[in-house]
Amino acid sequence: MSVESQRGINFREEEIFGRGNPGREGYTPPWSGLAALDPESALPAGALRGELEGFPSLSEPEVTRHYTRMSQWNFAVDLNFYPLGSCTMKYNPRINEAVARIGGFSTLHPMAPQEQAQGTLRIINDLGRWLCQISGMDAATLQPAAGAHGEFTGLLMIRAALTERGNPRKKVLLPDSSHGTNPASAVYCGYEAVTLPSGPDGRVDMAQLDRVMDDETAALMVTNPNTLGIFESDIIRISRLVHDRGGFVYCDGANLNAFLGKARFGDMGVDVAHINLHKTFSTPHGGGGPGAGPVVVKRELAPYLPFPVVEHAGDGAYRLEYDRPQSVGRVHGFFGNTGVLLRAAAYILSMGPQGLAQVAEAAVINANYIRARLGNHYHIPYPGRCMHELVITDKLQAEYGVTTLDIAKALIDRGFHPPTVYFPTIARGAMMIEPTETESLETLDGFCEAMIEIADLARRDPESIKAAPVTTVRTRLDEAAAARRPQLRCSLCG
Amino acid sequence: MEFPKDLKYSKEHEWVRVEGGDTAIIGITDFAQDELGDIVFVETPKIGQDLKAGESFGVAESVKTVSDLYSPVAGRVIEVNPELEGRPELVNESPFGEGWIIKMKMEDPKELESLLSAQDYRDLTQKG
Amino acid sequence: MAHPLDIPGPLSEMDLMDWFEAAADKNTHAGPRRTFIGAGAYVHHVPTAVDHLISRTEFFTCYTPYQPEVSQGTLAAIYEYQTYTAALLGMEVANASMYDGPSALAEAVIMACRITGRNKVVMPDLVHPNWRQVVQTYTRHLGIEIVNLELASDGVCNPEKLAAAMDHETAVVVVQSPNFFGCVEDLDSINRAREESGALLIGAVAEPMSLGLLKGPGAFGVDMAVAEGRSFGGSLSFGGPALGMFAVKSSLARKMPGRLVGKTKDTIGRDAYTLTLSTREQPIRREKATSNICSNQALMATAAAIHISLLGASGLREVALANLTAAHYLARRLEEIAGVKLAFDKQFFNEFVVTLPKDPGPLLATLASVGYLAGLDLGRWYPDMKNTILISATEVHSKRNMDDLVDLIAREAI
Repeated sequence: MSVESQRGINFREEEIFGRGNPGREGYTPPWSGLAALDPESALPAGALRGELEGFPSLSEPEVTRHYTRMSQWNFAVDLNFYPLGSCTMKYNPRINEAVARIGGFSTLHPMAPQEQAQGTLRIINDLGRWLCQISGMDAATLQPAAGAHGEFTGLLMIRAALTERGNPRKKVLLPDSSHGTNPASAVYCGYEAVTLPSGPDGRVDMAQLDRVMDDETAALMVTNPNTLGIFESDIIRISRLVHDRGGFVYCDGANLNAFLGKARFGDMGVDVAHINLHKTFSTPHGGGGPGAGPVVVKRELAPYLPFPVVEHAGDGAYRLEYDRPQSVGRVHGFFGNTGVLLRAAAYILSMGPQGLAQVAEAAVINANYIRARLGNHYHIPYPGRCMHELVITDKLQAEYGVTTLDIAKALIDRGFHPPTVYFPTIARGAMMIEPTETESLETLDGFCEAMIEIADLARRDPESIKAAPVTTVRTRLDEAAAARRPQLRCSLCG
Repeated sequence: MEFPKDLKYSKEHEWVRVEGGDTAIIGITDFAQDELGDIVFVETPKIGQDLKAGESFGVAESVKTVSDLYSPVAGRVIEVNPELEGRPELVNESPFGEGWIIKMKMEDPKELESLLSAQDYRDLTQKG
Repeated sequence: MAHPLDIPGPLSEMDLMDWFEAAADKNTHAGPRRTFIGAGAYVHHVPTAVDHLISRTEFFTCYTPYQPEVSQGTLAAIYEYQTYTAALLGMEVANASMYDGPSALAEAVIMACRITGRNKVVMPDLVHPNWRQVVQTYTRHLGIEIVNLELASDGVCNPEKLAAAMDHETAVVVVQSPNFFGCVEDLDSINRAREESGALLIGAVAEPMSLGLLKGPGAFGVDMAVAEGRSFGGSLSFGGPALGMFAVKSSLARKMPGRLVGKTKDTIGRDAYTLTLSTREQPIRREKATSNICSNQALMATAAAIHISLLGASGLREVALANLTAAHYLARRLEEIAGVKLAFDKQFFNEFVVTLPKDPGPLLATLASVGYLAGLDLGRWYPDMKNTILISATEVHSKRNMDDLVDLIAREAI
């Protein structure tokens, strides 16, 4: 295989399948010192597999180069600004990585006796307690492996509580600006998802809510601040209305970064919320996961938490309690994404209470700074101050045939990751920009100048944007072909 | 944008072509395919399935959206376009021809009278 | 906010490490070479290069690859993972990962009910108990009935008993192989046993390292296969992050949950990868989506791909053979102890059940106090299986490690 430099030190790299020479291995496993058993003597003949075809036979340096080169084709927070709205792409402190790799944590078997797992159990207990304090709630489960997993878990608990009151009810209400996971989670809990049109200011419309909130509605799922970056200023009235009619309030905590350390779900009348540790608490996103979506609840819902629950006994020991007759059940094979929990705990301790309270301040100021700088160049569908993120649209650029997709790709050529695009759908051609608190003024200015330059080009020379990106390892992709005739694996392997 | 005069149209952007009395060929309009963008998959009903007028009989998917397909008239599905499985792009390239979706035996051909003419449908699409 | 947070800190890096190291010291578990518990989380040695490569910040500080032009690294790695997963499981298509094996199984069960329009699920008690609990939780409000079939006393699924439990309301049958007791199931007979009912079949794998020697469930005609992928590239870490592997026949690809990476071309005709078939998923289809899943376990899938690439075909076979050899040696040595015998006369990979002459509780506690995790007391899940423990041995266990364990058990068991 020839190694061809594409641009400078950005290397071309072939697919790995079928490469190398038979017998070459990148790793020598340990061996017991025993003579190898003949598989045919120990396993059913009909169950033994033949040769695995198409798998590579490469040395460690070859495999290392393969993945190192591939890694260079990725954009990452560590390379530059990554203002993906609702994803909170803040910097991931390296000390958290060191913590998660401490041998005493990483080698612990999930079925080890509890008395030998006191260190990890303590951290699960402490982190749950800290998240309760931060959110103003009473009890937590750290089992859910992601935000959507948390939504599912939280709604199950609401359903269990309502069932015990005599009627699980039929519907879950959600604003039309909500994340797609919300209605999908409601359906997984056996509820009908009913969409609530937002008011003209982008907030929950109290009159609408008053009309549809009835005695067959189990819960309102609200995101606060919502996906337009707007604080639901009526949240206390909203909660009261839902409670008065026997429902629960679920808060999608994806946007907790907006008021971390400043305001609490519990004080807003929220009964259940999930918290995305991979957003607000700085654990790395890993290209799409693993995340963690702990669920925090008010006291009334605590009996329904998934089992096992970690308890801190009077003798100072931590205990796994399985005997929870009202529990909704188990949602994870073991105890959740424990490695992610360790990183989040490390983040909280390294920030301390004062540090945590500064997060939201800087995040909100950064978003409003961008809003102020872009306001003359892009359409802002919901005017007024925003929280930690803002939504702009391509309305002004569309006149010249330039769309949100083009603007996103043009940003890539200027070294920035695009914002979240075409979401929320209630703002046509939306770009949702979330700067986070870990970016400097210079970085924000660089981004704003790139956006302003693109707006200017859209007017003067729209075609120059249509071709973007041109500086990347690949240009725009034929996504229609990918979906029409899906090729989802290499056919060499079998 | 084409609006063939010999077809009947529904408000949900399907067209109907009558073929030999009570057989109806159904597809989506030029306007609909243009709104959806590159169509990547068409989910079709089973042959023999009975449909009510206005009932959903399938889904057209583009890269980033999905749209339900509604039967403009009542009847039984007698054929589905076998080409669409391998070449869904036919709906984009030839929405009124090779990109047809199903053939039905209509229950009551008089139902056609309640559908839109080409002119009425064109007016509908221009109202936005 | 009315109340200040009662949270320690801020701690300097040094103080933080001290704090966590002190906590980690309270984990007093045995090291890997003295851990003989598997039960869904197997002790393996992951090549050092894996952790170094997933620590490339371009892999771990990026988000979901929504912008393919600047995400080709993650997308290519996931495409490799999908290819390896499908090949190992013997299936045509695999997705980009689920949270863990149990949630992958739950999603497969829900998908099977959706596509068959039926609502009964036959699940023998030979499936991992925690996996069964997760399936119960997921299906509770969807009108799905789980038929929990008691077959444990046989050690493997009896195909006739399975067939007798199925009818024309049965959407799907779940079989784990090797099963919770480590025994290899006869998937061929099970596949034939479900034919008359028209039910689908899910093959579950809790120890994918077995696939270095054993055919994947797809080779026997299952419709869907799921696995816990932690053995490839993962660490025990008290059970998480895990890796849910999910694969189906190609005819079911458009019905499956989770993200999918596909191969296509860019505008100048170069091969490139992108997320595809996204209309199945919640951002577009909302309440009609095939699942609510969004974040998955992408970095663990990347780690699995790297681990498998380092091993290659011959390495996979070699590690699997090391597991088989170690476990069979340990089983044979334990059987030499008077009163100790294998509970089932069945073929196994790296895990098996032994019957002891007395209650294993005190024995396991004594061994734990001298630094051994000697096995799992099965009485906790199977009341009829008193005096039995589930034991696993893998490539990390030397002859000496196993001989020491046997000596200790021999001393305590009598």
